[in-house]
Amino acid sequence: MSESPSAPAAPPGSTPDRKPEEKPSFSRAILDAVIEGNSVVVTILAILVAIVLGGLLIAFTTQSVLHAWGDFFSSPGNAIAQAWDAASGAYVAIFEGSIFNPHTVSALFQQKSMSIALHDGTVSSVFYPLSETCVQATPLILAGLSVAVAFRAGLFNIGASSQWIGGAILATWLGYGVNLPIVIHVVVCVIGGFVGGAVLGYVVGLLKARTGAHEVIVTIMANYIMQYLLAYLLGKPKLLEKPGANGNLISPNIASNAHLPLLFGTHLRINAGFLLALACAAGVWWLMNRSTLGFEFRTVGANPNAARSSGMSVTRTWVLVMLIAGGLAGLAASTVIQGTDFSLNFQSYGTYGIDAITVALLGRSKPGGVVLAALLYGALHAGAPLMQASTGVPVDIVQVIQALIVMFVAAPPLVRAIFRLRAARAGGTGQVLSKGWNS
Amino acid sequence: MKKTLAASAVLTVAGLLAAACGSSTSNTSGSSSASAKPSGGSSSASTAGKFLGCMVTDTGGIDDRSFNASSWQGMQEAQSADPGKISVTYLQSTTQSDYTPNINTFIAKKCGIIVTVGFLMAQATQTASKANPSGKFAIVDNAYTPALSNVDALLFDTAQDAFMGGYLAAGMSKTGKVATFGGEKLPTVTIYMDGFYDGVQYYNSKHGTHVSVLGWNESSQNGSFTGDFTNQTNGQNLTQTFITEGADVIFPVAGNVGLGAAKAVQNADSQAGSQKVNMEWVDTDGCISAAQYCKYFITSVTKGIQTAVKNAVTTAASGSFKGGNYIGTLQNGGVALAPFHDFASKVPSSLQSELNTVKQGIISGSIKVATKSPA
Repeated sequence: MSESPSAPAAPPGSTPDRKPEEKPSFSRAILDAVIEGNSVVVTILAILVAIVLGGLLIAFTTQSVLHAWGDFFSSPGNAIAQAWDAASGAYVAIFEGSIFNPHTVSALFQQKSMSIALHDGTVSSVFYPLSETCVQATPLILAGLSVAVAFRAGLFNIGASSQWIGGAILATWLGYGVNLPIVIHVVVCVIGGFVGGAVLGYVVGLLKARTGAHEVIVTIMANYIMQYLLAYLLGKPKLLEKPGANGNLISPNIASNAHLPLLFGTHLRINAGFLLALACAAGVWWLMNRSTLGFEFRTVGANPNAARSSGMSVTRTWVLVMLIAGGLAGLAASTVIQGTDFSLNFQSYGTYGIDAITVALLGRSKPGGVVLAALLYGALHAGAPLMQASTGVPVDIVQVIQALIVMFVAAPPLVRAIFRLRAARAGGTGQVLSKGWNS
Repeated sequence: MKKTLAASAVLTVAGLLAAACGSSTSNTSGSSSASAKPSGGSSSASTAGKFLGCMVTDTGGIDDRSFNASSWQGMQEAQSADPGKISVTYLQSTTQSDYTPNINTFIAKKCGIIVTVGFLMAQATQTASKANPSGKFAIVDNAYTPALSNVDALLFDTAQDAFMGGYLAAGMSKTGKVATFGGEKLPTVTIYMDGFYDGVQYYNSKHGTHVSVLGWNESSQNGSFTGDFTNQTNGQNLTQTFITEGADVIFPVAGNVGLGAAKAVQNADSQAGSQKVNMEWVDTDGCISAAQYCKYFITSVTKGIQTAVKNAVTTAASGSFKGGNYIGTLQNGGVALAPFHDFASKVPSSLQSELNTVKQGIISGSIKVATKSPA
């Protein structure tokens, strides 16, 4: 697992990791492929291929299409038209649910005056899809940044889920447990979310730095620990349980003072959390590309031995990186609890941890890329309900498309073969993403 | 050239495959699987002008063999009760951040009633009902205090029929040991286990027996849980343990995990030397929802979600919708023991008549069913 399958078994005591002509470890090879081998073109083409394959899947799991293909040899035109309609119908619905729905504009023109339209929410409904895309993207940006920062410093943060829960517990508790004036309460809860996640990340970094425990193992275990801790806290009336919940694992609602302010009125769910996420992306960009600390992070990620011999403290860097990564995942929880859900329950962590990894991979671990990837996935999530409601295509197709995108991004030779692109120059100049299992 | 050939070959094969699938489905059109899915885009035209019944599932989805499945069956029954007037559809939630967007999507679709499933959706449903006071809503497994006038909150006192199930299990046990376990320690689960436990104790007090219950203790509220409602292997292992300890009637309260229990019961059945083990299914009539194991099901402790959801939709369609809290009981038929099916001849008639007496006692209030998970 720790070495490339083609590498010969290393004799005990040797350090194959440090030979210059060493074969890259398995996970390193994947990450190198994502970072160095991929141009923007390949990423976009990967998305395109995934969308085409997803369309085929939609078409050939629809009853009426299969029916038409049953008569393929008598009326091939009809079969192909049916398949096209099914797939394009689903994608149009996703588009209408995530970007722009023409029906909302025609409704707008039926209003007597602009002020009425503003008042009854007809104007808002035009922007509702975009607002939903941003709402869905917000926690993905933050959690994606969390994984991306760790990647850049050579660490695999599989524990965004546990850090999410850590942030959520603290943000929720501060949200209903204390009484503060309006702006201060929001800020206190957001900081609470950061701290809650950062503590989890710090522990992981410390365990790696002090004991050499691999962060992949530690973060996966932390996910389980935090899930059960959350269920335990939510089941105890004196801890997080909502009064009168009768054992239903749900927390009290946070105070309205702690809600993140809505940006465009009560009809749209888009809130200050989205701005927070964008600000964090800018902050991470500055940290990684313009600060000394970021330089150390990247150096440790590229080559811990070189970093050590040039006087950087590798262990200190690990702890700091995981602290920041954890804090970002905690902030993701904050935006969910304070922005849309307003209470915490035993399933609140959802799939943020896994989605974060895919967002970071697709975004090539760069802040800008992470924001774009999160917006893409946010749009897919936001469009899914309308797709299912109007075409009957199960929402699971969105997960499939997401998975296909990551698969093609991780296998650039496949995409290049499909589109007959020339391979990227060997030893590309892109920055190193991660050092892999043996670092 | 080669590639083009390969590509066209792939396309042809795919086409043939699809053709094969297509013709096979056309033979079975009208099967339950075809009607279980909402119809495709073409239906939007045919649903115009109809009353639209819309359901938002919990993360389990409509195939959970539990409350989502029952609710969706109720929706479909409402549609088949008046297919010319009512049309139903559903949206699946994959995580709980989907609840509000899903409900909002249905509001935008101008649904006549929006049915949400499970207490986790209580908050989202309440918010939506307040924002849309003219909209109609129903929620399964949750009640509001104070009651909401445009939400039909459906709750079920399943301790009552679980009590009967416990009584029956104790009467059918040869080894003097019965067992129950849950998926997760949630009130909707433990209410069954409380009722089951009480039923066994009541049997003991009537007959002077000492049938013991493995897996749950009502007074300490501690017992066995597999941890989720999906991992059947955990259910199988736990049931195997109970069987080894001597239990011969198993009552899993764990949705799909119960299928693992049924597997263990089946294994015990095929092994020489093991005692004859049977079980009781939960929520739905097991002889319908898990028919392959019907011969092991003495009965099922059912919860009338299906009927209650159907009523909510049909009353909303006919204009006689009433909000507020509804509690299903033995008296109003909201909860009940399912028919015995294969066990109709195996359950002694004396026990059957005793069960009837117990039922009347619970309805009249002379038998008290205590539970620490009030419905």
